Amino acid sequence: MALRARTRPSRLLVASLAVMGLVAASCGASDDADEPATTGTTVSGDLVVFAAASLTDAFSELGDAFAAANPDASVTFNFAASSALVAQIIEGAPADVYASADLTNMARLTDAGASAGEPVVFANNLSEIVVAPGNPLGIAGVEDLANGDLIVVVCAPEVPCGTYASQIFDSAGVDAAVDSYEENVRAVLTKVTLGEADAGIVYATDVIAAGDEADGVEIPADLDVVAEYPIAVTADAPNPDAAQAFIDVVLGAEGQAVLASHGFGAP
Amino acid sequence: MTDTTAPTRAAVGRNRRVGRERLPWPALVLAGCAIAFFALPFIGLLWRAPWGQAGDVLASRTVRDALWLSLRTSLASTAAAVVFGVPLAWLLARVAFPGRGFVRALATLSMVLPPVVGGVALFASFGRRGLFGQYLDEWFGLRLPFTTAGVVVAQTFVAMPFLVLTVEAALRQLDHRIEDAARTLGASRWYVFSRVTLPTIRPALIAGAVLAWARALGEFGATITFAGNFPGRTQTMPLATYLALETDPDEALMIALVLIAVSFAVLIGLRDRWLGGDRPITESPR
Repeated sequence: MALRARTRPSRLLVASLAVMGLVAASCGASDDADEPATTGTTVSGDLVVFAAASLTDAFSELGDAFAAANPDASVTFNFAASSALVAQIIEGAPADVYASADLTNMARLTDAGASAGEPVVFANNLSEIVVAPGNPLGIAGVEDLANGDLIVVVCAPEVPCGTYASQIFDSAGVDAAVDSYEENVRAVLTKVTLGEADAGIVYATDVIAAGDEADGVEIPADLDVVAEYPIAVTADAPNPDAAQAFIDVVLGAEGQAVLASHGFGAP
Repeated sequence: MTDTTAPTRAAVGRNRRVGRERLPWPALVLAGCAIAFFALPFIGLLWRAPWGQAGDVLASRTVRDALWLSLRTSLASTAAAVVFGVPLAWLLARVAFPGRGFVRALATLSMVLPPVVGGVALFASFGRRGLFGQYLDEWFGLRLPFTTAGVVVAQTFVAMPFLVLTVEAALRQLDHRIEDAARTLGASRWYVFSRVTLPTIRPALIAGAVLAWARALGEFGATITFAGNFPGRTQTMPLATYLALETDPDEALMIALVLIAVSFAVLIGLRDRWLGGDRPITESPR
């Protein structure tokens, strides 16, 4: 009994030493990374990417391509509201890469000293009204969302897509009859594809991602807001080499083609 | 165990026995660890909290709306859990019917279900396009998603098992002879249930109701999924805290503290008044 009690902490000690060793090794690696740009060589280890919920499909595809090009690396994604993710990173979540759906939340990261280097805008996006397939209620534009009989869901004002939605309502002079302020853009989309909501404001890319389950109604260009997507390596990235390699893929020809196929605009 | 200790406890008097007992020191150390484990997160919150903002947060309309909504909905869910949960517990404890094990597992399923999944399940059943929800909408024009009633449904769904399990355990331990005696003296089934059974399991009933209430008050996942988030209508305190955390962590901490203070006050009040753990179960509280 006593023996067992003694072996457990020592195992723990070994494990924590191993972790410390890994951290030290990766810190050492980051010092070397400033030297020549390692194009063509592969990276290894675990890579954790925190990305805006609207990037779910495009980044998952990019992640597969990245893993194929770097067989020794494994990519894990955390898709959620940009604002939730930046709060997690500032609280010390172990992310290597942060991709936001707006500049405001990226600024929160850089202001907190939690980014390594300057963020780069890699894509942009537009907002659209998402409706049931075939638009059975004939929703034609933003002004229809003032109809109290419709169930309208948008993102919460704390989340980028919610900020864009309220800007669109403001510039259209529409007092939208909102039934729920959702925690992220995919929650808005889900509520419409489930048929629980009649209309919502999401990104144009989300309408494409929904496929047959939803249709989009475009918002006129003079009302719409262009969402800019910046990406950066985090200051405490456990694997900064892989992080930079991933960002290079996103900015490169292949990444941009994947993003375009999901409906994102080039920066 | 209960058979031998219960008379002793009654003889010693309530709330005294535990104080005199000497625990072996390893148990004391482990209990100390448990206390620290529970206390540290709250101490951390108190340490992090921006006390200068306390006034602003308490005065904010969002927080007052959310607190009021949380109190109303959690009490309504607790009431619903008692009204439906006690008969269910009674059925599970007393009536041997085929599939009882299945029903018991079903009644506790929402405890192990991730709350967000619970919310999706509620959509599939009570949503506008759900199995039953479509008829509620068609026949009565009743819609649960995105309404305060939907918040109560979501909270009841996750909170009721706590009441059912607690009350069922008490009913199983209950000495049948008391009820049999009442029956032989000519009391009707309902009279025995309401005048003998219920008063006897009262501490367990209150404990179960408190657990259910606490769970309902803290409910987040099923609520935000099924009822959405609208200030004053479906935005409860946990939802307000979560969204505030995304933009203003300081405000979120203060909102969380308000919720904790209210819950803690209620739990302490109830525990001292109703739930003296070693009190003989037949004694009526005062």
